[in-house]
Amino acid sequence: MIPDDLLYTKTHEWVRMEDDEAVVGITHFAQSQLGDLTFVELPKVGDTVTAGEEMGSVESVKAASEIYSPVDGEVVAVNEELADTPEAINEDPYGEGWMVRVRVTGGQPSDGLLTPEEYAELLEE
Amino acid sequence: MRTIFAKSVPGRAGTLPDAPAAPAAAHLPQDLLRPAAPRLPEVSELDVMRHVSELSRRNFGVDTNFYPLGSCTMKYNPRFMEYVASLDGFTKLHPLMAQLRGAGHFTQGALEVLYETERLLCEITGMAAFTLHPMAGAHGELTGVMCIAAYHRDKGNHKTKVICPDSAHGTNPATAALAGYDVVNIASVDGMIDPEHLENALDDDVAAVMMTCPNTLGLFEHHLDRIVALTHAKDALLYYDGANLNAILGKMRVGDVGFDVVHLNLHKTFATPHGAGGPGAGPVGVAERLAPFLPISRVVKLKDGRFFLDYDYPKSIGYMAPFYGNFGVVLKAYAYILRQGREGLTRVSEYAVLNANYMRKRLESHVEIPYDRICMHEFVASAVAQAKRGVKALDVAKALLDKGHHAPTVYFPLIVKECLMFEPTETESRETLDRFVDDLIDILTLAESDPAALQHAPHTTPVGRLDETKAARDMILTDDA
Amino acid sequence: MPYIPHTPEQTQEMLKVVGVASLEALFQDIPASMRPRSFNLPDGMSEHAVCARLEELARANKTDVISFLGGGFYDHHIPAIVDALSSRGEFLTAYTPYQAEASQGSLQAIFEYQTAVCRLLDMDCANASVYDGGSALFEACMMAVRATKRSRLVVDECLSPIYRTMLATYTTNLQLELVTVPHGGGVSNVQALVDAMDDRTAAMVVQNPTFFGTIHDYTALFAQAKAKGVVSVLAAYPVLQSILKTPGQMGADVAVAEGQSLGLPLSFGGPYLGIMTCSRDLVRQMPGRIVGRTVDHQGRTGYVLTLQAREQHIRRAKATSNICSNQALCAFRAYVTLCVLGPQGLARMAEDAVDKAHYAATRLAALPGVRLLADAPFGNEFAVVLPKNAHEVVDKCASRGLVPGFPLGGYYAGMEHVLLVACTEKTSREQIGHLAEMVGGML
Ligand SMILES: Cc1ncc(COP(=O)(O)O)c(C=O)c1O
Repeated sequence: MIPDDLLYTKTHEWVRMEDDEAVVGITHFAQSQLGDLTFVELPKVGDTVTAGEEMGSVESVKAASEIYSPVDGEVVAVNEELADTPEAINEDPYGEGWMVRVRVTGGQPSDGLLTPEEYAELLEE
Repeated sequence: MRTIFAKSVPGRAGTLPDAPAAPAAAHLPQDLLRPAAPRLPEVSELDVMRHVSELSRRNFGVDTNFYPLGSCTMKYNPRFMEYVASLDGFTKLHPLMAQLRGAGHFTQGALEVLYETERLLCEITGMAAFTLHPMAGAHGELTGVMCIAAYHRDKGNHKTKVICPDSAHGTNPATAALAGYDVVNIASVDGMIDPEHLENALDDDVAAVMMTCPNTLGLFEHHLDRIVALTHAKDALLYYDGANLNAILGKMRVGDVGFDVVHLNLHKTFATPHGAGGPGAGPVGVAERLAPFLPISRVVKLKDGRFFLDYDYPKSIGYMAPFYGNFGVVLKAYAYILRQGREGLTRVSEYAVLNANYMRKRLESHVEIPYDRICMHEFVASAVAQAKRGVKALDVAKALLDKGHHAPTVYFPLIVKECLMFEPTETESRETLDRFVDDLIDILTLAESDPAALQHAPHTTPVGRLDETKAARDMILTDDA
Repeated sequence: MPYIPHTPEQTQEMLKVVGVASLEALFQDIPASMRPRSFNLPDGMSEHAVCARLEELARANKTDVISFLGGGFYDHHIPAIVDALSSRGEFLTAYTPYQAEASQGSLQAIFEYQTAVCRLLDMDCANASVYDGGSALFEACMMAVRATKRSRLVVDECLSPIYRTMLATYTTNLQLELVTVPHGGGVSNVQALVDAMDDRTAAMVVQNPTFFGTIHDYTALFAQAKAKGVVSVLAAYPVLQSILKTPGQMGADVAVAEGQSLGLPLSFGGPYLGIMTCSRDLVRQMPGRIVGRTVDHQGRTGYVLTLQAREQHIRRAKATSNICSNQALCAFRAYVTLCVLGPQGLARMAEDAVDKAHYAATRLAALPGVRLLADAPFGNEFAVVLPKNAHEVVDKCASRGLVPGFPLGGYYAGMEHVLLVACTEKTSREQIGHLAEMVGGML
């Protein structure tokens, strides 16, 4: 469950680069650890986000977790559907469960993102 | 079961006071008044009696069931304490009465209760001074950590962090944050605070170390001496979460061993009932050097034997409660301490610890006990082996309900997987413990032979396992939602 | 050994099972150097002796006085059924309802309590209680701080000085700015409150009735707050709320109240009840327990603690509050009180208290040199200006068995002559007559 066309963070977010924009969500592993999600808090369109800093959070019945931005940039879209259907993250974390789209400053994702292989290694540990 | 609102019949009245001589509209302009009466239930007094009595039958309490909920000290709540707190001389006393200069003599009995309770708690814990204002354990924590912050500010120390072990109760880090501190977690080793980890985390920015002893695993911290020394060497203060005091009455006084601040849970150790969530009381004791920072007012005894409220403590953190704390709860605890006395309180801890160890011993060949050595008043088990076969700690807990026992605390402390935490308390008889252990062993046996049978427990309760995810997504928080 | 059921034989057998020789051996982990330096407590006492001692202390308090003390804490009648039901062990001796299936009684009662207080205050959501009205106000301010990410609190000086001192204490370490807007002679200075709100302001806090007993309609003020992105917080008085324009109608975002007037004795300051309600969009900022309705696997309706990810046991240092135990049994008493009085009973209580307070105000204001502090509508409490130091008048009356009210000099500079007088439905016209005569005689 680690698609090989994505980049990852140590805090279990995934990133898909589309030109100078990054689509961000949380990984299959992250959602499985949290359990059935009940609430998602996302930044607003226009917000500036910074790599490694908190930009939102997700909650299940028994857990809560912060979402950290993998990149520097400006939020250009958020997945409004998740407000009513947070379960989309459980069911399809890399598709319907996407969270935000960020226009990356400088057009390049920041350093320190993990390749699928590196992320797989992280999960091994 | 229908709600009381569903039973409402328009026009039916309950217990009506006398009608007023004039309606509100005679005195107040219409635009300040509410256009329609609040939609409270219109039911008879008997309707309320039946409805709430029926609710009561859908509840476990210490009165009805064994309640070994770890960390909560669910001992029997003697009823003379309720009587004492219901005396007119206490219940009818307006708190502002004590603040009238000329009416000081109207409240002497109440002030004496406060004064005497503080003195008894000082002797029980070895602390120099107490405040009874905090209204629960977590509120005591906040009071205590705010005193710590005031102490450092007064000394000109610039401290920004509080250390909590990973076994800490959630209120500890939450409190530190509410007092403006960053929280530093340190990992336990073999269930204990590790002096090395502590030393590494203890820099000059640390204001305090918060700990529970015995800790939330029910273990007495082996390195207490070193923890005290290391902490004080950095001019950090040592906070004692007194939720587990039931283990050490008469066996150790936290003041004697170097703790600077302690909160007690009167609704645990001192047998005041928990009331389905509260009210409790969380008095805070401090060492001499922290006494100037305690909340005001403070009760003082004059040379002539009279008591008065003193507000003249310029270094005080201020006001944590509207008045003098949960006085009605303090009264009950005071009566309990008088009833038990020195000998009685010592026995409380001895038998609380005996009961926990007896249960642990009887269970150790049936379930994993991660720290299987002499414990204090509680111990933890781990259902990891059962979980591999599909029976989680939660399933075991629910199955116990079917046997007529309240469940232990589950999934706390966080450092033990599939954690079940048992605290039998001293008021339970051997027969009760045996029956519980036998029932638990049956459940653990069933977990081997027929795990599926446990996954849908409980079956005997008014409702089965409830859909918490749906509750959180739907957010139906009132009958109107 | 009170409340310890073990026989000596059982103790020995159990020690044998554990594998230690004595009770003392169970404490081997506590080294000798850490043993108590003293444990000098009195000997235990029989139940009878303890009760006798406490009865003696209770008698040392003087409660058979005629009292007009209020200040936010009132002597309303408590229906007898409240004690009867709240002493049932199934509620009294239960813990927080962590095991929902074994706690449907507590959980449904809390759910119905939430419903009742929401309907009373006309708000969307309530929690299961916090410690008292003052801590509720602090928590309300923190909700606003989190929701707005701002750090300034604007507080009306008409807000109870007890709560203002608590707010000042609680915010000491939190880098929050607390701004107090002076009252305008016993009423809120609405324009000054509007002016005090800026784009750093998280919350604006008022009380209705005010500490002086005066009654306001804050609708316009709350609209201004909304326009400035400020969360408006209203502290209410539950009994009077049955007849007064509601926080919800006025547009408050958070409404809190001291719930003591609903079935809780004065009891020298506690235990009381912090009622907290809010609009639906703020519910995730709410501290404490919240009960929600759901179903079990067979579709049966049931109740659970919900939205727990806000709380300390899950979010730890990032929780909305550190609160764990609350005032559940007090909330339960308020719930029974609201049910048994119903809309009609509660309104009668309120209207009777208001009527009597107006009678008392008329009688006092007729005394030479006495006037009402504010020329404004009031409820069951009002402030009068005496021609003399109010403390002295109170002291003299008190020594004759009547406490005419609370002198405000200690709480408000320049108010040495002001007396705060409260009535409830329990106050009689005869007592008010005594009040007027006695105060009149002192002037
Ligand atoms: C170890 C510990 N600390 C603190 C608390 C908080 O006490 P309270 O619920 O009275 O606020 C508890 C209560 O569960 C506890 O077990």
